[in-house]
Parts: sequence; structure tokens; C-alpha cells
Amino acid sequence: MKRQFDADLEDLRGRLLRMGSLCEEMVHYAVKVVVERDEKHFAPVQSWEAQVNALHIEIDEVCLRLIALHQPAAGDLRLIAAAIKINSDLERVGDQAVNIAETGVYLLKEPSIKLGDIPRMVDVAAGMLKDSLDAFSRGDVDLAREVIKRDDEEDRLKSQTFNELVTLMQRDASAIQRGMDIILIARNLERIADHATNIAEDVIFMVIGKDIRHSIEEI
Amino acid sequence: MQFTAETPATEDARQAVIAMSVRGLRAGYGALSVLQGVNLEVREKTVTAIIGPSGCGKSTLIRCLNRMHEAIPGATCEGEILLGGRNALEMDPVLLRREVGMVFQRPNPFPTMTIAQNVAAGLVLNGVRDRALIAETVEKSLRRAALWDEVKDKLNAPGVGLSGGQQQRLCIARALAVEPRVLLLDEPCSALDPIATGRIEELLIQIKDQLTVVIVTHNMQQAARVSEYTVFMLMGEMVEYGLTRKMFTQPADKRTEDYITGRFG
Repeated sequence: MKRQFDADLEDLRGRLLRMGSLCEEMVHYAVKVVVERDEKHFAPVQSWEAQVNALHIEIDEVCLRLIALHQPAAGDLRLIAAAIKINSDLERVGDQAVNIAETGVYLLKEPSIKLGDIPRMVDVAAGMLKDSLDAFSRGDVDLAREVIKRDDEEDRLKSQTFNELVTLMQRDASAIQRGMDIILIARNLERIADHATNIAEDVIFMVIGKDIRHSIEEI
Repeated sequence: MQFTAETPATEDARQAVIAMSVRGLRAGYGALSVLQGVNLEVREKTVTAIIGPSGCGKSTLIRCLNRMHEAIPGATCEGEILLGGRNALEMDPVLLRREVGMVFQRPNPFPTMTIAQNVAAGLVLNGVRDRALIAETVEKSLRRAALWDEVKDKLNAPGVGLSGGQQQRLCIARALAVEPRVLLLDEPCSALDPIATGRIEELLIQIKDQLTVVIVTHNMQQAARVSEYTVFMLMGEMVEYGLTRKMFTQPADKRTEDYITGRFG
């Protein structure tokens, strides 16, 4: 039996995926500010952040309305619970992208600095974000598990970047400010990967009802 | 975790005391077969909700538990129902109903009796004449049914003069007065407004520490709110039996999911 509620849930899914694609674009353009050293990529990031923030509030309202009006159960309830959490993670991803773009703009005033593993970190974090959203869209538990496993690689790259930059800053005091900025960017990328991991965990809960948070052996 | 059809899989499954066991229960009306071999173990001092679409056999099942079913002409019932190890189908129905009380969909206080007489009816029927004991039981039962404060000053008023919700709690008090081990409720709130429904639900949650409650309800949110275990029935069969909190978030059977999310049909 087709229910109006199904259409409402589909609409919720659509809004989340729209928010997710905006966040992907924000990360992509924020990184361009840093890598291409070009400030023109900053404006779209700011503009999308406003849209993401509006969706953040809107999606929460939709979820609360669906719970209040339909008293959902089982898979419907898990979808809405996951949507509330994914909504929050995506909003944070948007904030991380803005942080990266702002740091990138600040770096434009300084001489360029070697980015080391930052491009690799971008690939891993952006790939995890994209795949977590694909997993959400398709209800793909295998893909979600695969996303979670990739988080270790991002953490390893972040530690490597930190170590390299600390060594550089010890050698060259004039690089301290820029080095700190790159560390901040690495930290933001690593956080984006963490949010993608959270989304993947929520997808698994949404699809099979299993809470795998904080239990590595369950993955 | 998968639930078995007979016993909910829980952490404390081995420690559970079973109040009533139903094994291979088949029941119907004449040639019409309603229950197709139901197996169920009702845990003591818990609230078990039975849900399912109209005609699934949930009311027939609950009515078999205290043999109200066989009061209907042409009714058939076979299988085994155990109450604390005794075969309920071989017990004196009157004695069985003293241990397994029932409250119906529509409140049915005895129309010629006062509030107090309604509550005391079971005791008097059982030959109790001690007025002090009767008065004490009436107060205790009305308190357990969360009605005492509302009626303590009008115990001699007619029971039918109360509101629908109060009448239903009066019927619960009447059932509790004979200290049953099990209380069966067949859609007890379907004729009540949300406030009266809320009071009944609160009292069910309170009394479950003292006795076993089995409730048939069409209201799935009510099942989710008041029960610890839920039975989902479909076409005379028990599809799933499990912890309510699991069944409403993670049902094991697709048919249960379709029913509790309203996709059924």
C-alpha cells in the first residue's frame, strides 16, 4: 500500500542528498582555494554554506514533524533517526569546508608552502563523503562498511602531515604560521572523514538496525 | 538477533517465569478456523501486547486464555493452555476466571450495583461476607486501578454514573479485587478519549509489578507504550513475538514491519 508518508520520507531523503551534494561542492571548492591559491573559489563556498545552514534547520523541522504526525516505527523510525544525525554531520562538514576556505584565503597572503599529503587527504575525505552519501541513497551497507574502514588511512595521513610540518617548523621559524595553517587544514579534512564515518554508521543502523558505533570488531 | 515464534529471545530468557503457556492452540467457530496452532509463553509480571489486523485471531486467542471463547455457541478450541503448570482447558472455568480476569472493550459495570458493590461483586460471589475485609478490598482495588481518589466520596453511587474512562477503571478494579494472577484486556481503551486512555495505560504500567497483563490492542502506539513484549498475529498465526522495544525499532519479520509501519494491505 502506497502511503503519503512514503512520499514524505522520499522528500526527506531528497533534501538530505541535496544538502550532501552541496557539502561535497563546498569541500571541493574550499580545497581549490588552498591548492590553486585562488580566492575566487571562496565566494561559492560562502554562498553554499547559507543554503546548507537553511537545510540544516529545515530537515530538523521535517523530521520532528514526521515523528509528531506519523509516530513512525521500525525502518521508518530508523530512517528519520538517521536523518537527524546525518543532518547534523553534514552541517559540520559545511563548517569544516568554510574553515578550510578561510584558512586558504589567509595563506594567500603568505609565500606558498609544500602541501605534502594534503591532496591525498582531500581525495580520501572527499571520497569517503561521497561514498557515505551514496550508501545512504542506496541503503548500501557494504559500501558503508567500506567507508568506515577508510577512516584509518585519513588518520594516518593526518599524523604524517602533522609530523612533517612540525619538523619543518622546527627547522624554519618563518614557516610556523603557514605550517600551523596547513595543520588546521589537515585537521579539518580529518574531521570531514570522521563525519563521513558517522554517516556510514548511521546508514548501517538505518538499513539493518545494528548500532556499530564504538565497536571496531562489528565493522 | 532473530526471535523464535514461541519465546522472545532476551538476555534473561532463562530466568523468566512463565505465567501462561499456549501450545498448538487451534480455535474457531463451527467450520471457521481462526487460530492455526498458536504457541506462546506469557512471562509473569510483564505486560504482553497482542497486535494484528482485524480478523487475525487476537481476540479469539485472549478469550481462549480464560475460556470465554467456549461460551460462544459452536466455538471450538483444542491444544494446550497451561496456567502455572495446570491445564486451563481442564480446570473449572469459574475457578480459572478467578485467576485469569478479563476486561472488555466497552466498560460493563453491573448496572444495578453501586461503585463499591461492583468492585466487591467477585468477592461476594465467592462467599466472602466479612464487611471489613470487603471494604478493605474495595479500597485497595480502587487504589490499584487509580480510581480511589475520584470515587472515595461516592462509593454508594451507581457504577454506571461514572464517565466511560472511570467505568473502565472500575471494571479493572472489579477484576483486581479477586487477586487474579493474570489480567486480560481486550481493547480496553477503544471506547475512551485520549486522557482516559492515558490513565488506563499508566495504571497498567503500575500494576504489572503485581500481576501478568495481556492486552489486545489496535493501537500500536499503545502497545509500544505499555508493553514489554509484543505478539504480532496474522491470519490466525503468530508471526513474531519479541521484546516490544526491539519489535518497534527492528522487527525480525517483513510482515511485522509492514504492519507496524502501516504498509500492510
